[in-house]
Amino acid sequence: MSDLPLIQADRAVEPPAATTNRGRGRRLRLLSGTDRVVITLMVLIPLLLVTALVWLPALATVVLSGTDWDGIGPLADIDFVGGRNYGDVLTNYPPFVPAVQHNLLWLAVLFLVATPFGMFLAVLLDKELRGSRFYQTALYLPVVLSLALIGFVWQLIYSRDQGLLNAVLGTDVDWYGDPGVNIWAVMLASGWRHVGYIMLLYLAGLKGVDPSLREAAAVDGASEAKSFFRVIFPVLRPINIIVLVVTVIESLRAFDLVWVVNKGRNGLELLSALVTQNVVGEASRIGFGSALATIMLVVSLVFITIYLVTVMRGEDR
Amino acid sequence: MSTGTLTRPPAAEQARPTRRRPTPQRVVLHVFLAAVAIGWLFPVLWAVLTSLRSYEYTASHGYVSFGGWTIDNYVTAWQTAEFGKHFLNSVYITVPAVLLTLFLASCVAFVIARFSWKINLVLLGLFTAANLLPQQALLIPLFRLFTQVPLPEFMSDSELLYDSYWGLILINVAFQCGFCVFVLSNYMKALPRDLYEAAMVDGASIWRQYWQVTMPLCRPALAALATLEVTWIYNEFFWATVLMRTGDKFPVTSSLNNLRGEFFTDNNLVSAGSVLVAIPTLVIFFLLQRHFVRGLTLGASKG
Repeated sequence: MSDLPLIQADRAVEPPAATTNRGRGRRLRLLSGTDRVVITLMVLIPLLLVTALVWLPALATVVLSGTDWDGIGPLADIDFVGGRNYGDVLTNYPPFVPAVQHNLLWLAVLFLVATPFGMFLAVLLDKELRGSRFYQTALYLPVVLSLALIGFVWQLIYSRDQGLLNAVLGTDVDWYGDPGVNIWAVMLASGWRHVGYIMLLYLAGLKGVDPSLREAAAVDGASEAKSFFRVIFPVLRPINIIVLVVTVIESLRAFDLVWVVNKGRNGLELLSALVTQNVVGEASRIGFGSALATIMLVVSLVFITIYLVTVMRGEDR
Repeated sequence: MSTGTLTRPPAAEQARPTRRRPTPQRVVLHVFLAAVAIGWLFPVLWAVLTSLRSYEYTASHGYVSFGGWTIDNYVTAWQTAEFGKHFLNSVYITVPAVLLTLFLASCVAFVIARFSWKINLVLLGLFTAANLLPQQALLIPLFRLFTQVPLPEFMSDSELLYDSYWGLILINVAFQCGFCVFVLSNYMKALPRDLYEAAMVDGASIWRQYWQVTMPLCRPALAALATLEVTWIYNEFFWATVLMRTGDKFPVTSSLNNLRGEFFTDNNLVSAGSVLVAIPTLVIFFLLQRHFVRGLTLGASKG
């Protein structure tokens, strides 16, 4: 599903004290033969599963993107066609440009609107407030709902004939169906969930900030806003990077919501939906779909690398 | 039904006592937060409200009205959509997937935390990154793989990994493992190393160190992860949508999409169905909130 790890984030704020590594390696000699077999199995079985079902398919996607395979014929019939699929995607596939635009728009809205708002709420909720627990609960309630379900919940608001929005505004707009507005309607629903999620990330991060930093800033007479932007925000740097990566990957993986609305057509094109249409849809164009998938893979790997470097910094010390 | 009673009382009780020391700033803050909180709850409350009203009433009076209360929508939705069956399907997939994820992830995490081999960092990276890849990017080869791998008939009537619970369990485990490995290995690294020294002196094998020393100490982390993973796997939509074919076998989250046609003309039914699907996650959310939040703040506290 679309959730990404939250925990790394706050761990990154306050890296655990490096454990002493001295002597750990030497203990291998104390391991019996059985122990070695057990250790090997403990690593190997999960590793095989993840390799077989995640990494090899990822690799296969890249390879298939250079072929003309139709998905049905034997693998021996595959011909390599170089970059032709990519050329087709770029020049000969009308939904591609809108999909990229929508993914970027999705990213922009989550990153420029939902993320700052979630951060702002976290700062407010970080104060000792009565009823803070209620506010937090209300804000992150959408986080436990699946995005598919969120699509249905918002349909009650967006539906043309039976929706609340048209009843209140006196309009006659099909908010999910009209290609001019539906991407915004869907992004509002998605942002609704994202805000609570970001709020949680930052709230956990803020709890880990050394209180003496704030006190020092207060003693120096810094205003609250100033002390946040000059003192607290820079300390949260690891969490900021993680929020950035989480937001990028969420925008790239956005799928469930548009799929339940209209399977990603007619104004709701997204890369993830195009890939899926090309595989399970009527026309199964494997090489072509793989080229789209490879583009997603490359973009995500860039940000996954940033993520890993951030969360693992200090691991190896 | 239950969501209504669960979500509303706190709003009435806790949103108010702000007036105790009314510095203007605090009042503004509380008014703002209360407004946002109510705005945030609104879509869910609206779904609950709509689900409790008869279609005839709302059709003639409009949705911005009051009256027509009934629970018939729940009865109709439950029967039409065969929710009983789909909930059971979700259980068949979620329970084994969560148990297997926690078991396999804790094995890897134990080795990563217990020893300091160079390869551990690579392992950690491989697992963690696998959790972050876009699922759609793996779909094409996986789809092909799943339609090629045969299963005996007693395991799945499709006789393939495709369209079987086994396939869905495996892919969910493979995808969720990375997240749990990362969390658990951090948690285990924070455990005192003397424990293992003592266990070694007692002649405990690696397996006993894992099962009888480390695992009992990881109970809080495991409880928190179990809560998160149950929610996530229950909510999982994509894999079931593309790797299942038989309508009867869909877990409840992905079955939603098939119901769309049946419910299309009746929003009150849609809302009753949505509330039914949300109930398990909302129950987890309210009953196990501590674990849920703990799961999200685990790393910082180092146990």
